[in-house]
Amino acid sequence: MTSVRVFFVGGQITYRALFYWLTPQIYIPGLIVAPIFQILLFAYIGRSAGLESDEFYVVGNALQYSAVPCLFAMTQMIGGERYQNTLSAILVSPAHRIPLFFGRVIPVVVNGAFVAAFALAAGTLILGVDIPLSAVPGLLLVIFVAAFSCTGLGLINAALSLRIRENAVLSNVIFGFLLIFTGANIPLGELPDWMSAISEVLPFTHAIEAARELADGASLGSVAGLIGTEVLLGIAYTALGYGVLRFMEVQSRRYATLERS
Amino acid sequence: MRVLRLLAVSWLFHVKQLSRSSFDCFLAICWPIFFATVAFFMFRAGGDPEALVYASLGAAVMGIWTATSVSAGSALQRERWHGTLELLVAAPTHFSLILLPLAFATSAIGVYCMATTFLWGRVLFGIEIPIEHPLLFAISIPATILSIGALGFLIAVAFARYRSSWALGSMTEYPIWLICGFLVPLTLLPDWVRPISWALAPTWGMRAIRESSTGGTPLPDVAMCLALGATYVGIGVVLTETVLRAARHKASLSLT
Repeated sequence: MTSVRVFFVGGQITYRALFYWLTPQIYIPGLIVAPIFQILLFAYIGRSAGLESDEFYVVGNALQYSAVPCLFAMTQMIGGERYQNTLSAILVSPAHRIPLFFGRVIPVVVNGAFVAAFALAAGTLILGVDIPLSAVPGLLLVIFVAAFSCTGLGLINAALSLRIRENAVLSNVIFGFLLIFTGANIPLGELPDWMSAISEVLPFTHAIEAARELADGASLGSVAGLIGTEVLLGIAYTALGYGVLRFMEVQSRRYATLERS
Repeated sequence: MRVLRLLAVSWLFHVKQLSRSSFDCFLAICWPIFFATVAFFMFRAGGDPEALVYASLGAAVMGIWTATSVSAGSALQRERWHGTLELLVAAPTHFSLILLPLAFATSAIGVYCMATTFLWGRVLFGIEIPIEHPLLFAISIPATILSIGALGFLIAVAFARYRSSWALGSMTEYPIWLICGFLVPLTLLPDWVRPISWALAPTWGMRAIRESSTGGTPLPDVAMCLALGATYVGIGVVLTETVLRAARHKASLSLT
């Protein structure tokens, strides 16, 4: 029962604490306006290069932009504890680590999914992209799955921030790699083989492909394999993130590096 | 003479300080390179070699704006965190003379990115930049940097009363990349966007760099770019007075 309470209440409180700094003055420009302009930028580059349709860039960038809330918020919800001087108090507590850390994942996934869904809706309306209404439930599912798998990567990023001071730089670098490798803007066939191979094990790649097929009118069943792969990747990243977090926790105790920043 | 010395020493001080920051420096180099890489792949897939040169020049200037937008946007907030804002405002020197070199320093940091982007395009994508008018090219670059710094100064002053000014500065990154024609020809944008583009100095700076590279006539663009930059500085100086008067009147400079 205590673990359930830590999972839900702890996650909720940490998420609310996140909004101590993630105020509307930051949320609106960073997570509402910026993704729309990222969509417009790449849609126009795509038109200029004569490469793909607007729909390709709307779907790709809307999903990929959820990396910002997923990576930054996840990092802030764990690494940020250090700046508030509460990290040592949390790690010295007897609470089970799985509900403690995983409770923080859920609100981040919901927030990431909201950002992607809003960007997708706004991009679709602004550029006049035609997505059938019947595709909306499937797209929402894919958006949640994509946000979940990226939050798993965010958990690894958060774990690293227990040792790396400049976690904002690291989050930006990961975002940049996801922009190049996931096929959000570059058709995977245009990437060199080694890059395509990496993209197969990154969050978003399969979700973006599934979302594009759904937007083109495919049934949910026909993209089940892609969604399943994205879910498995999310589980793998989350498990790896948890492992790295525990490792970093042990290391920080052993070498007294918890308050390093 | 005192003013020139103040501007030069402050500029050098801020360049050194920004060069020590992994966020300002490393990210100013890396961040636009991610976007440049995506653009290079997209234009290469499009199969037009000239478009790659176009993209390479644009991506290089994108870095200057990236370095300026966030850093200049958050310049006053940073001074607040350091506890030096009140001292700087109370100093006998006009505050705009303190802020101006800071803004120019942020855009100067973009030179790192510019060089890296050219190198990145040359080594990894084989993009050779033709420079038909080397002297005019050499004039166009500092003119663009100065005008972008001037726009950064205006943004720094305009966002002075916002705690989250860095987020507003960051928000301007994509729109300026888009509407100043860094990667997309202005003719592709809707008609109503073009007057906005013309009012932005980076548009003319970008044109000047492209014209000098391809053998056109960049001097009118350089002149327009510098004129707009000077206008931004003028507006910024007036705005500084207004913002500081309001902050003193409401005792809200520290935003505590």
